[in-house]
Amino acid sequence: MAAPVPNRPVRDRRLSRIVNVGLPYLWLGLFFLLPLGIVLRISLAEPALAQPPYTALWEWLESGMVTIQLNFGNFMLVWADDLYLVAFLNSLRVALVCTLLCLLLGYPMAYAIATAPERWRLLLLMLIVLPFWTSFLIRVYAWIGILKANGFLNNFLLWLGVIDEPLAILHTQVAVYIGVVYSYLPFMILPLYANLTRLDRSLLEAAADLGCRPWRAFLRVTLPLSRAGIIAGSMLVFIPVVGEFVIPDLLGGPRTLMVGGMLWTEFFSNKDWPLAAALAMVLLGLLVVPFVLMQRWQQRAEARGS
Amino acid sequence: MKPRRWPLYTVLAFGYAFLYVPVLLLIVYSFNESRLVTVWTGFSTKWYGELLRNQQLLDAAWLSIRIAATNATFAVVLGTLAANALVRHGRFRGRGGFELLLTAPLVMPDVIIGLSLLLLFVAMQQTIGWPDGRGFTTITIAHLTFSMAYVAVVVRARLAQMDRSLEEAAMDLGARPLTVYLRITLPLIAPALLSGWLLAFTLSLDDLVIASFVSGPGSTTLPMVVYSSVRMGVSPQINALATLIVLFVTVAVIVVTLALRGGGGGRAR
Repeated sequence: MAAPVPNRPVRDRRLSRIVNVGLPYLWLGLFFLLPLGIVLRISLAEPALAQPPYTALWEWLESGMVTIQLNFGNFMLVWADDLYLVAFLNSLRVALVCTLLCLLLGYPMAYAIATAPERWRLLLLMLIVLPFWTSFLIRVYAWIGILKANGFLNNFLLWLGVIDEPLAILHTQVAVYIGVVYSYLPFMILPLYANLTRLDRSLLEAAADLGCRPWRAFLRVTLPLSRAGIIAGSMLVFIPVVGEFVIPDLLGGPRTLMVGGMLWTEFFSNKDWPLAAALAMVLLGLLVVPFVLMQRWQQRAEARGS
Repeated sequence: MKPRRWPLYTVLAFGYAFLYVPVLLLIVYSFNESRLVTVWTGFSTKWYGELLRNQQLLDAAWLSIRIAATNATFAVVLGTLAANALVRHGRFRGRGGFELLLTAPLVMPDVIIGLSLLLLFVAMQQTIGWPDGRGFTTITIAHLTFSMAYVAVVVRARLAQMDRSLEEAAMDLGARPLTVYLRITLPLIAPALLSGWLLAFTLSLDDLVIASFVSGPGSTTLPMVVYSSVRMGVSPQINALATLIVLFVTVAVIVVTLALRGGGGGRAR
């Protein structure tokens, strides 16, 4: 049975769809989705002294049968051992506190830029984006010199006479908070700015004409209307920070253990690939809810914008 | 009644100081003579000299630059295709999953991406014998996966706001879609392609975690060298390196921003 020969525009369009949709889909399926499946598989294996260092999940027996061996021990260990639980709770706390701090600092900044005179906006915005382009590792490194015992901050405070002896800030939770807020602030400001510039200013004028005071107008009009920006910015900070490795590793100390660091240690130092995979699966499970939430809000905002 | 602006500008000033003072201190103290980075003893450029004689660091930097350039080039291709799909192909089947897959790498923690790709490469090597060992190729593939997502965001925004009347005119005059795309669309979105390329380049140049998972012996990237040096404490050589990176990035971002503004930003709307 021969298919009807499509005319040229239809054929062109079909070909275009195959290339534009198909190639990125294929790539992400192969190098993003499939690897996550493999992580799940290996999280159910046992560590072994082999290359690669884990046991196979299924084996073909000579009789033609397959034996499947699933090992939930890694997940049990993650659940039972307080160390992992503490690391997960600590990661969530750091992410939550830092998201709130970014919002507290980022919202007024985004608002100020969005309502600044037109000719200043591009420059102000560029100054927010610029650090985002500079090496992340090096910007975290800068804080070591500032926060350490004889660093800039302590020297400055000693010189001012505010303190008599250096404060221990480096290798504490506070240092991790500072480092995270510093690194992720642009991620909060950019979606907020995009949202606030689209805000219809006539609504605020109407509120003012009706005798609403500016602060009240902000709470009743601006804040509710910028909810999509707040959610987008918060998720862009919260989700990656839960799994952050570099900042707690360089600025934190032994008491600021986070999941990213645990996973790193299990993988690189203890060579326990299955346990590292189990940690990754639990981390992924924790992040699915905020991710879906973010995606839904983004699509809703897009539908409204177009 | 007009709201007062000064509290807002105070927060803004504090925010910019918070973002910029650490980088400025880093730059100033790269010219410090003393090995103790935080104590000023006198002006010197000797750390730049030592940096340029540090062969291990230079090799790593060269590898990182090659990976970053390869990655950025392919990321622009894949990211632009993905942006075309989202802007030009409307409601194709599986669009929801497509968007999900394209957004996820933007927020996914690096440790998960790194670990999962390493496990994939190991499994692939076992079953099909490729990739044979890990290094340049595996790091580039890993970086491409998240870079293309960033490029797609940049190009998508540009495609969506672009004026389509030129394309329609070309179409009416009988040009085929591919010709229209290559001759009209691509030049119009060129600034976005350029900034997407640079974004992918710097993201790759900057990545420590993912590269650590998927690299092999003999393929140490610049962030890996910087990281192992930084773990030992502050070092004036790293300050000098930071200054060079900041200088490069600042110039590149300014050039691209001006190009974006001058190169049709006004016309596109």
